[in-house]
Formats: sequence, structure tokens, C-alpha cells
Amino acid sequence: MKIRNYWNLRDWGAGIWERANRPKRIAIAIVSIVLVTLLPFAGASFLATPIAAYDAVLVYPVGVFVLMALGLNIVVGKSGMLDLGYVAFFAIGAYTMALMGTHTGLNTWEIMPFGIGFAMLAGVLLGLPTLRLRGDYLAIVTLGFGEIVRLVVLNSTWSKGPNGIANIPMPPDIGPLKFKLEDQKVFFWVVVTMILLTIWMIRRLSIRRPGRAWEAIRQDEDAAELMGIPTLKYKIWSFTLGAAVGGAAGVLFASKNLFIAPEMFTLNVSILILSCVVFGGIGNIWGVVVGAAILGYLPERIRFISDARLLVFGLVLVIVMNFRPDGLLPRKKREKAIIKKEVNA
Amino acid sequence: MFAVLIDQFWSLTIAGIALGFIYVLISLGYTMVYGVLRMINFANSEIFMWGTFGTIITSRDIFHYTQTSEPAKGFKLIFVLLCSLLMSMAVAGLTAVFVEFVAYRRLRMKGTNRLATLISAIGISIVLSEIMRLLTASRPVGAPRVLEKIILTEIWGANIRLDTIITIIAAAIIFFILERFVKLSRMGKAIRAVSMNEDAAKLMGVNLNRVIATTFLVGGLATGAASFFYVTVFEYTKFNIGFTMGMAAFTAAVLGGIGNIRGAFYGGLTLGLLEVYASAVLGTQWKAVTVFLVLVLVLLFKPNGLFGEAVQTTRA
Repeated sequence: MKIRNYWNLRDWGAGIWERANRPKRIAIAIVSIVLVTLLPFAGASFLATPIAAYDAVLVYPVGVFVLMALGLNIVVGKSGMLDLGYVAFFAIGAYTMALMGTHTGLNTWEIMPFGIGFAMLAGVLLGLPTLRLRGDYLAIVTLGFGEIVRLVVLNSTWSKGPNGIANIPMPPDIGPLKFKLEDQKVFFWVVVTMILLTIWMIRRLSIRRPGRAWEAIRQDEDAAELMGIPTLKYKIWSFTLGAAVGGAAGVLFASKNLFIAPEMFTLNVSILILSCVVFGGIGNIWGVVVGAAILGYLPERIRFISDARLLVFGLVLVIVMNFRPDGLLPRKKREKAIIKKEVNA
Repeated sequence: MFAVLIDQFWSLTIAGIALGFIYVLISLGYTMVYGVLRMINFANSEIFMWGTFGTIITSRDIFHYTQTSEPAKGFKLIFVLLCSLLMSMAVAGLTAVFVEFVAYRRLRMKGTNRLATLISAIGISIVLSEIMRLLTASRPVGAPRVLEKIILTEIWGANIRLDTIITIIAAAIIFFILERFVKLSRMGKAIRAVSMNEDAAKLMGVNLNRVIATTFLVGGLATGAASFFYVTVFEYTKFNIGFTMGMAAFTAAVLGGIGNIRGAFYGGLTLGLLEVYASAVLGTQWKAVTVFLVLVLVLLFKPNGLFGEAVQTTRA
């Protein structure tokens, strides 16, 4: 192990994992999951956030950001489509939860499939006509879609317009685990479970046909099409799966926050999530997780400089991108080389 | 529903054209940078916002006009307006060059992926807007009234106000000058060469760094002119106005075919008229929705924008 391996954290981590045998790998996985599960108890340490409650910060923004960044990573990182309207799916999930929760009496877990379903439906409806576009044109159309969803919610009566929807029910208790407003550990564990499920889904898909198809599309869409990959189909799949994760995050967010309003779903959220993906290391799951955790946590941690915290946030983005343009934990060299070629072409 | 539109068709049209010219100038900032770098100049909305403060500083702090003071007249009026315009252009142009230097140059020299540059640009635009938010304490800033908004004449029942006329004429002149600059000057030729083929241009001895900095400067100057007109017409600015105006102008650039200066012209005017008509028919709250729906429809049938070049797929 040379010193530069510590600087290249990605290869260092991957090296440990690849050298380990099966029992060792299981041990590493269990230890890290336990460490993450115990995070809410570390509130008294240097991790504590001033002003905002520490365990609430772990759920939103940190947990929800990680979940959404993983979802967006399927679209931007895996299949290489720039989506600037990801917040729309988050909003659809959140409003599904809010409306059904206040009107039908179903609980959060029963509404979850509906939230995911509506978000996926929106993904297909948006994807079918627009995924033929490429690059920046796709970016502006998705950006427009995000704004349209927000404006429709803002100007309609069924969504109570700018006043938002209050009194959204909390999730019912799971056995001895009780959801409470003042103590949000259980919420955090639910988010962690959802994150693990998402990571599992992405890893399974990545090594199978869809993953290979996305990789081919990202590297060269025309070549992929010529090789017989139905590119539009796989692009819509990637878009829809990303939407599903966003919708699930939205349902959970509404159920945790108990109140939602259109101003929570602005373009800034989309941009922030995209920053998480690129900041952490686009296309690499662990990079995305780390990036989203840092970018979700940082503004809350530095709240003591209250007014200037967004300024610092912007500076961090510029500086990190300038010195580590591939993100904190970039994807494998093999995959990266092809991007370089793309730029020169 | 359409009664308002029919009643006030001509006054709406004139307001739409004035707004459209403001969009034309801002979208130049997007389109020129895109033409050369193939990248969205994400910070352009904040460059616009900084430009508006250039006008306000000139009229408020240098010439000491207030909201209640007597409007300027005659030669002094022209002088103050001209100074404000130049100040706005200077502020915006310098900000644009600064943005290029801080957020784009290093990443471009490294030849990294485009998303990293996009995030770096997003970062710098957060920084720019936050600095202004802290300086103005998040409050809107009213512009001092330098120009009295007298009604010049009436054409087909529409009032022709002095500020709209100034905006339309002056913006058209500025657009014309910039367009000629890119078409005819030596630097303009270099800009177009880089936008066609970066490597070939480099081999022909074009100084890439200087060309790209100039592109940002020209885009910034256009955006700055737009911020002057914006303040003159709406008499108000705030740290977050860049967002709405920038989004609309970017839409205009895409609508016309991004990377294409004439496209920005037609796209901006189309969008200005569209916004004004849509808010008259459906109410202002649906303005942005209509605009985006039209954009999506246009892109579906003409994926390169109304006047875009035909080779879009090669540069996705």
C-alpha cells in the first residue's frame, strides 16, 4: 500500500474489497451497516448540528438526499442522460402521500406503491416523447417538466396552492419501533433500509443486460443502437427507475415532514441532487452516497455562520470540482477513459 | 378569455417586443458561450443580476437620484442613461470574464467531463447570488426614477411609452453591433472558427484562451445591456431575479436553436410575445407553463430549435 493509494480513496477501498474473501466481505458489510445504524446515537459528538436537531438532519436532508442521488445516478451516471427536473418525481411522490394520506386514511406503507407508481407513470409519460432528444436539449426539457409540476401544484385548488398541505399522517409503528416527531431515529433506519434496497437493485441491474445496455448507451448511443440495443426502451427504463426512487423518497419525505408546500420543490433541489451525484463521483454508487451525505450535511453543520453558509457551499462546489473534476470517489479508470475520448471527439 | 387579448392586442404586442429584446440580449450570453464551449453558461443569470446593480449604483450613488427626485431632462437624461448602460455592461462583462476564469478555465484545460464544469458553474452562480443577497440583506432594491415614463403617442389604441421605445431601439442597435462584430471582425472570425472546430482553430494559430474569454466578455456585455433595460422598464431588482429571467432567456436560446446568434434573436422575440399573450389569455400564473409546453412541442417537431443547425446529434 503506497501513499498515493490513500489519496486515490476509490482504488484503495476497492482494493480492500477485492482482496477480501467471502466471510471477510460479509463482516465488512455487517460492520459498516451497524456503524451507519448507530449514527443517530452519535449526536453528542463533533457531528452534532447546531440549531437543527441532529437526528432530523440525518433523515432530511442527508438520508433523503442520498436516496435521491442514487436514483438520479441511474439516469445521469449509468445511462448518461442529463436530467435537470428530478425534483418533479420527488414532488409527485410527496403530493401522492399528502393527498392520499389526508383523504383516504391509508397509511404510509400502503401509499408507498402508489407514490412510486405515479412517479414511474410520470417518468414514462415524459420519457416517451422526450428521450429522443439528447444532451442539453434533454436537460432543458426535463428542467421545464420540473417547473411545470411545481407551477401546476402551486396554482391548483386541489393541492391548496401555495398554502401547501398540512396534517399528513405519520407512518404507523412497526412493532416496537415508534415514529415520533421529536425522536427521528426510526425514520433514519427506514431511510437506510430504502437506501440499501436501492443500492441492491442498482448493483443487480448493473451487472445484467440493462446495466450493459445503459453502459453502451452512455458511451456511444449510435453504436449501441447499431448493435441491436433498443436504446429508447432502455433509456425509458433507466428514467423510470430513477423516477421510482425519487417518488419513494417523496412519499417518505412528506410522511416525515407532515407538511409540504410547492416552495419545497424548486429547481434548486434538482440542481442540488445533481451536484451530489457529480460531487461524489458520477456513476460510482459509493461516491454518490458520500457526495450526497456531505452536501446534505455540510450546510446544516455550518449553520453557525448562518447567513454565509450557502456562500461556503458554492465555494466548496467550485473548489472541489476544480481540483477533483471526477468527484471525490470517481468511477473506475476503465470506464473513465471512454469519457475522455468523448470530449475530444 | 380572449377578450383581453383582442382588446389590448397592440399594447400587448409592444410590451412583448420590449420584453423580447431583453430576452434576446440575455440569451446571447447563453448562446455565444454554448457555441464555443458546447456548455450551458449556468452563471449567466447571476451575471444578469449583477448587471442590474450596475445601473442602480450609477443612478443612485454616482448621480444621486432617488425614487422621489425630479426625473432628468434633455442632455443630462441621455448622459445619465448612457453612463448607466455602460456601467451595467462593464459590471456584467467583467463578472462574465471572472466566471470563465474561476469556473471554466482550469477544468477546460484539463479536458474533463462536461458535468464537472456544469457543477462548477452552478457553484459560482450560487456564490455570486449569495454575495449579492448578503450585500442587500435579501431585500428588493428599487431603482431611482431617472427617466420619466411619458406616453409619446398612441397607435391603434396602444400607448407608446418612452421606456419601451428606448428599450426596443437601443436593444436592436446593440444586437446589430454585436452580430456585426461576430460576423466581420477578426476576433469574431476566431470565435466562429473555434465554435466550428476547436482543434483545427488551434492549429491555425488561434489563441484559444483569449477567444473564449472574449466570448464570455461579449456575452456578458449583451447580458449587461439587458440588465440596464430591465431596470429601466421594471424599476426594481433583487438578488434572485436572475433565476426567472435566466431561465426564460435560456428557453429562448433553445427555442431559437442554441449556439446560433440569429436563433437567439428570433427565439427571444418569440418568447417575449408568447409570454405576454399567454399571461393575457390564461393569467400570469400559467405563463411559465405555457412557455415550457411550447418549448417541448417545438423540440419534438424540430429537435434543433426553430433555427438550429442540422448536426445536433453529432455533438450530443
